[in-house]
Amino acid sequence: MSEVRLYFNNIWMALSTAAIGMKTTIRHLFTPAVTIQYPDVKLKLPERARNRLYVNIDDCIGCDQCAMACPVDCISIETIKGTPDQDLGVTSTGQKKRLHVPVFDIDIAKCCYCGLCVYPCPTECIMMTDVYEFSEFDRHNLNYHYSRMSPGEITVAKEKLRKADEEAAAKKAAAAAAAAAKPATPPPAAGTPPKQEGGAQEQAKPNNPS
Amino acid sequence: MYELLHDLLGDSLLVYVIGAALPLLFVLPFAVVAVLLEMKVSAHMQDRVAYMYTGWHGVLQPVADILKLLQKEDTVPAAADKFLFRLAPFLVFMGGYAGFAALPFSSAYIGSNIDLGVFYILAVSSLAVIGLMMSGWASNNKWSLFGAMRSVAQIISYEIPSALSILVAVMIVGSLNLQEVSKFQEGGIQNWIVFGGPMPLLQKLLLLPFTITAFFILFLAGIAEVNRTPFDLPEAESELVQGYNTEYSGMKFAIFYLAEFANMFLVSGIVVSLYLGGWTSPFGDVMSGPIWSFFWFVAKGMFFVFLQVWIRWTLPRLRVDQLMYTSWKVLTPFLFVCIFAVGLILVL
Repeated sequence: MSEVRLYFNNIWMALSTAAIGMKTTIRHLFTPAVTIQYPDVKLKLPERARNRLYVNIDDCIGCDQCAMACPVDCISIETIKGTPDQDLGVTSTGQKKRLHVPVFDIDIAKCCYCGLCVYPCPTECIMMTDVYEFSEFDRHNLNYHYSRMSPGEITVAKEKLRKADEEAAAKKAAAAAAAAAKPATPPPAAGTPPKQEGGAQEQAKPNNPS
Repeated sequence: MYELLHDLLGDSLLVYVIGAALPLLFVLPFAVVAVLLEMKVSAHMQDRVAYMYTGWHGVLQPVADILKLLQKEDTVPAAADKFLFRLAPFLVFMGGYAGFAALPFSSAYIGSNIDLGVFYILAVSSLAVIGLMMSGWASNNKWSLFGAMRSVAQIISYEIPSALSILVAVMIVGSLNLQEVSKFQEGGIQNWIVFGGPMPLLQKLLLLPFTITAFFILFLAGIAEVNRTPFDLPEAESELVQGYNTEYSGMKFAIFYLAEFANMFLVSGIVVSLYLGGWTSPFGDVMSGPIWSFFWFVAKGMFFVFLQVWIRWTLPRLRVDQLMYTSWKVLTPFLFVCIFAVGLILVL
C-alpha cells in the first residue's frame, strides 16, 4: 500500500471502527440492565445450593458421624448416655434415641460448605439450607449452638448416668464378690466418664440460631 | 446582557457582579445534571443501572456527592507549593467559566455582546492550561507533573485545529460575534452552517463536505481540549493515578470537576453556535422567541454533552504519539484544505 493510501486508509479505519463501537454502546444503552438490586431482589439459588448448615436437633441421635466427616472440624458434639429408665423418644425416621446431646455446636465461620457432614447422618437431621446472609459483628456469634438441653437437664442426665453407673459398678462388684470366693476384687474404674463433660455445661445453651 | 444591566442599574459594582454571576445559575445546575447523565449513561451502556437509592432512580445522588465533597478534609501535601496549589483549581475553572460570557444562550441573552466573541473564548480558555500546569507543578508529585505536561502539550496542539475549524465557520458568516453567527443561521435546519449555511443552492452543495468536516473536527478538537476520553491522557487513571488532580481533595477537587463539566458545555456551546444554528429553532419561525431559543440552545448543547459522554464510554484512550499524529498530521491538514476550499467557494 502506498503511503498516501495508507494515510487515508488509517483515517477511514479510525472513523469506521469508532462508528462500530458507538453503535454497540448505543445499542446497549437501550438494552435492559442485567443488574439485580440485591438486597431487594434476590436471585433464586440452585436447588442443591449448599449454604448455612441446619441441624434438626430433635432427630439427632448423637452418633458423631457428621463431626467425624467434617474436614475442618467445625462440628463439636458431646453426648451423655441415656439410662434405661429414661425414654428419649424416637426420631422421625423411627430410630430410638439412646444418647442425650447436650452440646451440638457448629462453628459456621470455619465451615467450608462441602456438605460432607450431610451424607453420613443416619437420620438426615443435618442439612444444608439456602440461607446465606448470616454475617455477624462478633465472630463468636457464628458458633451456632443447636442443642436445646438446659443446664438443669444436663445435670439431671449426668446425675442419672452417674447413679446408673454406680449401681452397675456396685452390682458388678457384688456379682464379682459373689462369684469369686476371693474377696476384695477392686471395682472397675470405668464408671466416671461424665466427669470430662463438666466444662461443657455452661456452654451448652439451648440456643437455636435460626 | 451587560449593556442591559448597565442601563438599568447604572455604572455600579453590582452590574459587574450580577453580570459575572449569571452564567453560574446555569453552570452549577448543569454540572449536577451532567454528573447524573454521565453516571446513568455509562451505567446503561454497560448494562448496569447506576444509583438507585437516593431519590427516584438515584436522581439526588449528585447532590449527595456534593454534600460529601463539602465535608471532605481539604488536604495540601507538605512539600507542595502551597500558594500555587491553592490557586490552580480556581484558575482552571475561571478559564472555562469566563468563556460563558460570550456564549449566546438565547436570542435575548448573551453575557457580553463583544465583537470578538469566539476569539475571546479561545483566548480565555487557554488560561486553563496555565492552571493545569500550575496544579501539576505545585503538587510536587510525579504523576501530577506528567499529567500536567501531557495536558499542556495536548491542549496547545489541539488549539490549532479548533481555531482553524472555527475559522471555517467565521469565514462563512463574516463575524466573530457568536450572537451574529447564530442570527446568520436563522430560518430552519437547512440554514445551519453544517449544511452549508443560508447560501444559494449550488454554493451550499459545494460547501457541504467542507463544513461537515470542519464541524466534525471542531467537535473532536473540543473533546481533546476538555481532556475527556479518548483524549484523556492528562488524567489517564490507569497510568497516572488521576493526573494533575491526584493530590487534590474536597472542594478543590470538586472545582476541578466543575471546571471539566463547565468546559464540556462550553465546547458544546461553541460547536452548536458555530455550526448547528446556536439558539435558532430547527423549524424556522416555529418555536422561536427568547425562551424557545434558550431551550434550543440548551437542548443542542446537552445533545453534544451526551455525545461526549457516549464517546467517552465507547472509545479507548489514544497513545501520546497517536494524539499528536491526529492533531498535526490529520486534523490540521484537513482543515487547511477546508479553509482553502471554503474561501475559494465564497469568493467565486
